[in-house]
Amino acid sequence: MALADNNGGAQGRAPLPKWLTGTVKTLGSIAVTMLGLVFITFIIGRVMPIDPVLAIVGERATKASYDAVYLQLGLDKPLIVQFFYYVRDVAQGNFGMSLLNARPVAEDIARVFPATLELASLGVIFGVVLGVPLGVVAAVRKGSWIDQVARVLALVGYSMPIFWLGLMGLLVFYGMLGWVGGPGRVGIFYEDVVPTVTGMLLVDSIIDGNWTVFKDAFSHIILPASLLGYYSLAYISRMTRSFMLEQLSAEYITTARVKGMSEWDVVWKHAFRNIRVQLITVIALSYAGLLEGSVLTEIIFSWPGIGSYITTALLAADMNAVLGGTVVVGLIFILLNIASDLLYKVFDPRAR
Amino acid sequence: MMDTLLDVEDLWVRFPSRQGVFDAVRGVSFTLGRERLGIVGESGSGKSMTGRAILRLIRPPGIVEAKQIALNGDNLMEKSEKDMRAVRGQKISMVMQDPKFSLNPVMTIGAQIIEAYRQHNRTNHADAYAKAVEMLQAVSIRDADRVMRAYPHEMSGGMGQRVMIAMMLIPNPQILIADEPTSALDVSVQRQVLDIMDGLVKERGMGLIFISHDLNLVADFCDRVLIMYAGRIVEVCEASKLSQAKHPYTRGLLNALPRLDAPRDHLEVLQRDPAWSTAPSVSGRVA
Amino acid sequence: MTEQTLRQWLLTDTPTSRRHAKLSALYQGWLSFSGNTMAMAGLWILLALLGIALFAPIIAPHDPFVQDLGNRLAPLGTPGHIFGTDSLGRDILSRLIYGSRITLYIVALVALIAPIVGLLVGTVSGYVGGWVDVVLMRITDIFLAFPRLVLALAFVAALGAGIENAVLAISLTAWPPYARIARAETLTIRSADYIAAIQLQGAGAMRIITRHIWPLCISSLIVRVTLDMAGIILAAAGLGFLGLGAQPPSPEWGAMISGGRRFILDHWWVATMPGLAIFTVSLAFNLLGDGLRDVLDPKGEK
Repeated sequence: MALADNNGGAQGRAPLPKWLTGTVKTLGSIAVTMLGLVFITFIIGRVMPIDPVLAIVGERATKASYDAVYLQLGLDKPLIVQFFYYVRDVAQGNFGMSLLNARPVAEDIARVFPATLELASLGVIFGVVLGVPLGVVAAVRKGSWIDQVARVLALVGYSMPIFWLGLMGLLVFYGMLGWVGGPGRVGIFYEDVVPTVTGMLLVDSIIDGNWTVFKDAFSHIILPASLLGYYSLAYISRMTRSFMLEQLSAEYITTARVKGMSEWDVVWKHAFRNIRVQLITVIALSYAGLLEGSVLTEIIFSWPGIGSYITTALLAADMNAVLGGTVVVGLIFILLNIASDLLYKVFDPRAR
Repeated sequence: MMDTLLDVEDLWVRFPSRQGVFDAVRGVSFTLGRERLGIVGESGSGKSMTGRAILRLIRPPGIVEAKQIALNGDNLMEKSEKDMRAVRGQKISMVMQDPKFSLNPVMTIGAQIIEAYRQHNRTNHADAYAKAVEMLQAVSIRDADRVMRAYPHEMSGGMGQRVMIAMMLIPNPQILIADEPTSALDVSVQRQVLDIMDGLVKERGMGLIFISHDLNLVADFCDRVLIMYAGRIVEVCEASKLSQAKHPYTRGLLNALPRLDAPRDHLEVLQRDPAWSTAPSVSGRVA
Repeated sequence: MTEQTLRQWLLTDTPTSRRHAKLSALYQGWLSFSGNTMAMAGLWILLALLGIALFAPIIAPHDPFVQDLGNRLAPLGTPGHIFGTDSLGRDILSRLIYGSRITLYIVALVALIAPIVGLLVGTVSGYVGGWVDVVLMRITDIFLAFPRLVLALAFVAALGAGIENAVLAISLTAWPPYARIARAETLTIRSADYIAAIQLQGAGAMRIITRHIWPLCISSLIVRVTLDMAGIILAAAGLGFLGLGAQPPSPEWGAMISGGRRFILDHWWVATMPGLAIFTVSLAFNLLGDGLRDVLDPKGEK
């Protein structure tokens, strides 16, 4: 490499700085991935057996009004031009009108998304707070009872249908024990009591200082969030354990012990510091997974988030809404990936 | 003759496996004074295990047994894990093979050296920093301040190993175990690193256990040599008299080395005798 | 050849032929696998499931489709209906037994389609390299960037609900990881000396990929597929639950849970039983996959 650089005749032109080419490359690949994502959703939309014109004008429209809408939607243009229009619209945050309620899809998504965000965030917090220490302890005490417990927890998590576990949770904790609030975000008396700021009810009720609403909202979110948290715990604890095992067998751990450090310091100051990077990626993936896992959870708990939104739209063949929701979730996936890449550079000196 | 720093008597290191118990070190005994003691052997001979067993660094399921591992008459085998931590680093320290792996990749050099110092010395950060810079200069690192801020991956092998030596000597231990300290380094810097280590060990009047597979290097560098084979010491001799060694294994190793002063047409292939691995250990104890 | 000598023949350190070596390796793999109790439990559960699916008409006490509205929502332990009946009075046990066929059908199809697509994409990408690699891997990345269930939902929406479309949708979202694995394997194999030797003998790309690279990718793919089976079952059940997989009155387990959901508080067993069935089967696949990984890919513990 170094040789090629020296002999490559680059002396004449000033070479671009490395960080610049790196950034351009990253941005380029992000752009291509996003474009690809939009392309796939576009294709799915076009192979739909649903006629978008009929969906707007209705079955009994005249030929003239049908044609007018047909032209208005640009369906006479070649596919590639249509794709171009679609990209332009998406870039402007325009996902078209919902066929179901004749409102802009983007507005609907903006309204339902905070509910999902609130649920998934609380879930991932559970998963990290419990899963990371569990994974670390399981690795340090490999083969102990706590390692076995962690293993069984993960195995069960990997094997159980989330919607079924959610139903069972409702049955036991709501139906039989009455410990938690039932389906929905908040009891019917408390709906629209606190002003919407973030759209996340827990946060909004704190801002408003309304603790009654906070308590009620909390009793509603605790079960679905624990459910999502359990799935993220299963994954995070498993990955943490395997990362830690890898680091604990590394030579620098012996160095730390030779220094006379306590086992606690060896584990947390040395080994754990080295898995932070991998852990961030796992947590980002797990967070993304929860946004997805919330599709089924939201239906079980009648949670008015983006998962419910997509599914309802799907069953009503409201294609603009489905595609809009899909694109948004996909974009969030990509953004989470970028975020974890950036944090990578913060925590790993070798990646700088 | 000289005062004994370390007295190891009948040391065994065992690893239970599915095929039964594997004995990595079998009944090894030796003493260490203020000298340079070489332990030579091929990979799997138990030489590294011996070094780690002295620091009680063999992790379960590995088992260490010994009549005694006495440091200044104080039996380490009887110490609790907590007391052992006061021995590690402060009394006995160890330099490992490859600084690429033995330094923590996500901590700065400075943080790692300061940590080693403050583990055993209650001082504020500024004093520890000054002490670390001083130690880096002692291992011939010139711009110590820059190195303090650097990460291990920004370091060459020779530089990394010097950092490692500085880090291990900063608490001022009495014994340094050097486990193949130069095997991963370029030939051109091996000598330099050895000289630095040797200088510091002599200056401080420390005992050095030098573990290596390189017979010539050990003969050159050490005062006394233990030759290990299959977990046992098969021969003990003065380094200067290595060429007069009697054990067939040592002789075989010596004959398998090319020599510039006595060129030969054929180098001998080592013929192993199964009896070597069953014969009892030779004691490396003095006095 | 007596049994004793067969065992010795299989455990030899010095195989006499290629076949001998292969059989010996297989036998030793089996020995270490069968020593793993959990993995064996998984295997037995799956063999039992296979038996149940094969002999469903003989085992099932009732016709899974016959309704008996007079006896609807009968509780657990009702004579003749051990697992009770659903909202249309159909025997839940019989429906579970027939449902095993659907589960196996979906799993088998996805487990065939996704790894093969992934293998093709991955090996071609890895072996040919250059812009082909760039394009194929970019496509793989795009698919990986999608949340799988959401993408599957969108596909099913486009293709229409039904078992075959659910299989297609799951396969379409499941292949990218296999492509990644196959590509990584190909890259390491491609630069091996023996591949260069084969190239010198005049072997073409086709021959090298199909005869020398594919066989070596198989074992890591098998492990991955087995570990993914549980995920496939859960995804299929999820689609069924949403009403996008198998259509009524088909006794698909996910759809059965969906059917029992309305009665969850008063008649819990209707939704509970099919959930337990899904759990048992995906647990079995996970146990089997863990065991296989230990045997085939000991360093890949994740």
